[in-house]
Amino acid sequence: MRKRMQCKSNNHGKGGATMKNIIINTGNYSAAKAAVMAKPDVVAAYPITPQTTLVESIANYIASGEYKGEYICVESEHSAMSACIGASATGVRTFTATSSHGLLHMHEMLHWAALARLPVIMCNINRVIGPGWNIWADENDSISQRDTGWIQFYCSSNQEIFDTVIQAFKLGEHKDVALPVMINYNAFILSHTSMPAEIPSQKEIDDYLGKYQPLWRIDPENPVTFGNIIMPADYEKVRRAMQYAHENAKRLIPEIAQDWKKKFGRFNGNLIEKYRCEDAEVILLAMGAIAAESKVSIDNLRKEGYKIGLARVRTFRPFPAEEIVKLAKKTELIVIDRNISCGYEGALFTEVKSALYNKSDAKVSGFIAGLGGKDVTYNHIEDMCKKAIKGKLKETVWYGFEEVKK
Amino acid sequence: MAIKDLPDTEYVLAGSAACPGCPATIGLRIVLKALGKNTVMIVPACCTAVIESVYPNTSFDIPVMNIAFEAAAAGASGVEAGLRMQGKKDTTVFAWAGDGGTYDIGIQALSGAIERQTNFIYICYNNQIYSNTGIQRSGATPLGAWTTTTVGGKTEVRKEMGDIIRAHHLPYAAQACISYPEDLYNKVKKAKSIKGPKYIEILAPCPPGWHFPMEKTVDMGVLAIETGAWALYEFENEKMIFNGKSKLLLEKKIEPKPVEEWIKYQGRFRHLFKPTRDEKTLKAIQDNTDIIWERYRKCYL
Ligand SMILES: Cc1ncc(C[n+]2csc(CCOP(=O)(O)OP(=O)(O)O)c2C)c(N)n1
Ligand code: SF4
Repeated sequence: MRKRMQCKSNNHGKGGATMKNIIINTGNYSAAKAAVMAKPDVVAAYPITPQTTLVESIANYIASGEYKGEYICVESEHSAMSACIGASATGVRTFTATSSHGLLHMHEMLHWAALARLPVIMCNINRVIGPGWNIWADENDSISQRDTGWIQFYCSSNQEIFDTVIQAFKLGEHKDVALPVMINYNAFILSHTSMPAEIPSQKEIDDYLGKYQPLWRIDPENPVTFGNIIMPADYEKVRRAMQYAHENAKRLIPEIAQDWKKKFGRFNGNLIEKYRCEDAEVILLAMGAIAAESKVSIDNLRKEGYKIGLARVRTFRPFPAEEIVKLAKKTELIVIDRNISCGYEGALFTEVKSALYNKSDAKVSGFIAGLGGKDVTYNHIEDMCKKAIKGKLKETVWYGFEEVKK
Repeated sequence: MAIKDLPDTEYVLAGSAACPGCPATIGLRIVLKALGKNTVMIVPACCTAVIESVYPNTSFDIPVMNIAFEAAAAGASGVEAGLRMQGKKDTTVFAWAGDGGTYDIGIQALSGAIERQTNFIYICYNNQIYSNTGIQRSGATPLGAWTTTTVGGKTEVRKEMGDIIRAHHLPYAAQACISYPEDLYNKVKKAKSIKGPKYIEILAPCPPGWHFPMEKTVDMGVLAIETGAWALYEFENEKMIFNGKSKLLLEKKIEPKPVEEWIKYQGRFRHLFKPTRDEKTLKAIQDNTDIIWERYRKCYL
């Protein structure tokens, strides 16, 4: 097992004068810690690099007695999601984790969980899809699951992973949402990199989350058939209700995070995290690890005199269209995608432009960068920003290939 | 126990969407009488997902969770764990799937759930085809049978699912047939009383799928047993016990009828008789049945 470091530090933030428990560990460990602290009754998961250390941590928590849930060691990811669906349908809290091919193997059941309105909570470690085999960071796995009805978060630090996993239970289980939630973070850059994360006490988490009250459950006292044949008019109602649930999530994500801030002094929670956007003339939009790296670039560009800010998109579904329109009032936008919808362009680039349609004619430039886990450093990001500001980029630019013939 | 001694309570309600003469509803009626009210059923894509009727109505008086075609056993694992974690340990969780969802697309999830010792009953009603989608071949379709995807008759023999299941060394497995309700009832009752994974497969002659008149469903099951095209048995504590006429066949106390006596009533084998008799295939079908029984005798007598 991975070495686990813990330290106690004085609390300089808000929220009381107690000693804080800070762990220094990987993104996967932070996710596992959050998951077991949320006390899901059932975890069903199947190993895949780079998710393995997360599920191994959960197995260790069971072995040590710290976590008392049931871990179903299924024989595939399709079964992992099916078992989570079955368990969730009985009205208990469920959790799973996967990555890349595992997520794709779940595809059918991702739709099923969302349409059944079951708040299964899942971490997905964004990893390349084969062939060829490659285990590094790339967001095409979760982007390709965009339309499954899941809420999708993209995290940029281990603290954010911890906070988001806990908040995801609160959000997904909220009666106005009742949807599964996927917490995404980049392979290795976060999953296997140690960073400090502050961990509240178990009692604090218990108080914050409360007991799960399901909207529906399998119950022999109430013999109902779930998911049988449904006629078009009723089916359309089901989809419409899901859409409303996503709208509700847009409202609730910041509310839930505000509540978190009141209790724990940290705010990891808006649909978009704005960084130095106040007087910006240019705003960079990105997700995940590239967005975290971008903060350094923004600081450097600011020093050089560029009036630039960062809008880190945390939720891809629901998509923060209204916030993006607000951002684009006085600025031009630059989008970096660590994914490509082949035949068109990066997914975030498409979504940003569609959000602006008829509402803003802000210039938007799009870059594809870091596919296959290729390194994207703050230097690269600064370079992309400068190119976009100077140039009249019309189509998606593959960063690093500008001079290469098609 | 005689048929008249089966409980009166009906959990399969009148007015379902099943075809007349449907073996799935016959089987399910008996199964649910044995399992009783405190039962949860998991149904993958199959005829039963249609028989259930259209939302917001239902044909069943127990809670039912529908799940994707290949996911019955995995979904049941989750339901079992979820109920157990809430202390509801006396609820019986059972999956009810067709042979397509069992032999073919769902075999991985089924194998996984049995290997993990999931405390549930998996029941396959085997109509030897994909009926829901309009009669395509499955791994359970017998040699020579016509389906829409084996237009000239199936050229391969059916899978011996029982062997695959027994290779998991589970506490209880059984083969039954809708034509022998007391036998089926007792097997389900026994499965309910045992902890761990239980597998029961029910032969389910399907009038539109096999092309025989709808009033002949039960007769087709009886002939399957009498010809040895299907066997009734139980597998408990690593021991095989054959039941009823199958026991007599195994011990050679009665002669099996020729398999032809079973297939000649089924339109799906008509091409073997008309316009001319296909002696080669008819012999292959009989030989294959004989081989299966010789193997049974070698292993279990
Ligand atoms: C993944 C997937 N592939 C295909 C189907 C289409 N499909 C639905 S039911 C079915 C056949 C079911 O056959 P079986 O399990 O034998 O049950 P029966 O219809 O005979 O009752 C098929 C192919 C599906 N629902 N899901
Ligand atoms: S096709 Fe066969 S199994 Fe399906 S409902 Fe009709 S009779 Fe029953």
